[in-house]
Amino acid sequence: MSAQKNVVVREKIDKMSSEVVDTNPYSRLMALKRMGIVDNYENIRNYTVAVVGVGGVGSVTAEMLTRCGIGRLILFDYDKVELANMNRLFFQPHQSGLSKVEAAAETLKHINPDVDIMTYNMNITTVDNFELFTKILTTSNLSNGPVDLVLSCVDNFEARFAINSACNEFNLSWFESGVSENAVSGHIQFIIPGETACFACAPPLIVASNIDEKTLKRDGVCAASLPTTMGIIAGFLVQNTLKHLLQFGQVTNYLGYSALTDFFPTMSLKPNPSCDDNQCRLRQKEYAAKPKPEVAVEAKEEDQPFHEDNEWGISLVDESVEVKDNKINVAEGVTLAYTVPKQESVEECEEATSSNKEISLDELMAQMKQI
Amino acid sequence: MVDEVTRKTLSNIPLLKIKAGPRDKELWVERLKEEYQTLIKYVSANKAADNDWFRLESNKEGTKWFGKCWVIHELLKYEFDVEFDIAVTYPMTAPEIALPGLDGKTAKMYRGGKICLSDHFKPLWARNVPKFGIGHAMALGLGPWLAVEIPDLIAKGVISYKEKVAE
Repeated sequence: MSAQKNVVVREKIDKMSSEVVDTNPYSRLMALKRMGIVDNYENIRNYTVAVVGVGGVGSVTAEMLTRCGIGRLILFDYDKVELANMNRLFFQPHQSGLSKVEAAAETLKHINPDVDIMTYNMNITTVDNFELFTKILTTSNLSNGPVDLVLSCVDNFEARFAINSACNEFNLSWFESGVSENAVSGHIQFIIPGETACFACAPPLIVASNIDEKTLKRDGVCAASLPTTMGIIAGFLVQNTLKHLLQFGQVTNYLGYSALTDFFPTMSLKPNPSCDDNQCRLRQKEYAAKPKPEVAVEAKEEDQPFHEDNEWGISLVDESVEVKDNKINVAEGVTLAYTVPKQESVEECEEATSSNKEISLDELMAQMKQI
Repeated sequence: MVDEVTRKTLSNIPLLKIKAGPRDKELWVERLKEEYQTLIKYVSANKAADNDWFRLESNKEGTKWFGKCWVIHELLKYEFDVEFDIAVTYPMTAPEIALPGLDGKTAKMYRGGKICLSDHFKPLWARNVPKFGIGHAMALGLGPWLAVEIPDLIAKGVISYKEKVAE
């Protein structure tokens, strides 16, 4: 991108053409129609996709969608580009210090100026920002309605949970994606609120990496990453996004990837009728009431998290012993990250705080300061 | 992983009952009262046991928390600013405790100085929603992190003792 002679600037194109000439950036995409893969490729320009998290997976995802000619792309991130990101694709050293969304938008506009790119440099999990986040998701498609799809490319549990809440509340379909912290496994999961399991329906799934946990060293680092694994997951994510939006092939509900064994588990996940997220349960009721036009795909019965009846309270401390029993197989090569005891109604307990109506929050805050 | 010491620590921290997050308006205020009651008990117990190691306070809404934590290492006191936001997903997800002063000084941190918790912390939290609160996050998250990281950072010379100006 640095100033060079003969810099070619790609101009905007009004209408996607299938003409096969060297100067048409869409010719090979439109060829998908001629080959009978996609009926309506140019419809891609009508769609709006939000990419939350523009890191190793999100940036590549955004580039793929841009090259495919998506109508509008909305990018969220609150991080800056750092040299430590250079083991991954997309960003370049000269972009260090720029916000990820800003740096990404600049590159993407060069690649394809037809894509309308909106950027938001913000953390979506805080109370104030979350309101704005949901407002953007529900009003930012090309006719100011809800976005067509949300892609989660974030790197933490809190942000995934926030996206899950927003999508359950506003009935938005979304893909969850992730790469493990040891960089050798990953997954994508398609979540249609009420129809497939949401992110809160069960503990996160883990693709078996076939590494003995005891040999996995975590000294001094939080996370490793590989451009390969991230590129593969981004590829899966966008492939399924295209299939969903342009209605071809089958969209996978859950697709895992184990790099060490080249193993790709896939399955369907039904929502949990007693999901903790009440918006999810509401969406499930709505879905159950809807007439089903197509023959239901045979869904694999998801094992309920098995657990010993666990006197709640401090007995949780034995978890290091339980670990082995925890490995519930959901599908071959996939396990739940952990088990959660069945929600008991929280009963009166001598240890629990007495919920005091008499004492005010201000008094408590003052008490705390006085200690 | 929870050892005997932590087990004992945990027994000093009352469990919470109200499952409400910052978007839950009135119910959140009740949860916040529980949080404060829990913290007051926990900090008082720490003090009584001569194991005082942090102070926290929050904004009026209880969504932003800040304070100090300290570690005594070889008779010297090392103090750090602590801060965290309560995410919209709290208490389903644990607070992400940050020590901004140590940002960039250790690999056991995510951006912004958020401490990197053990593999066991989040599952433990998830199993104890909504009974765990901020006090538990401090005791099971920040406490063990400081105990391991600070002596190491001192040994490496990354942090050094600062004489308190004007006591």
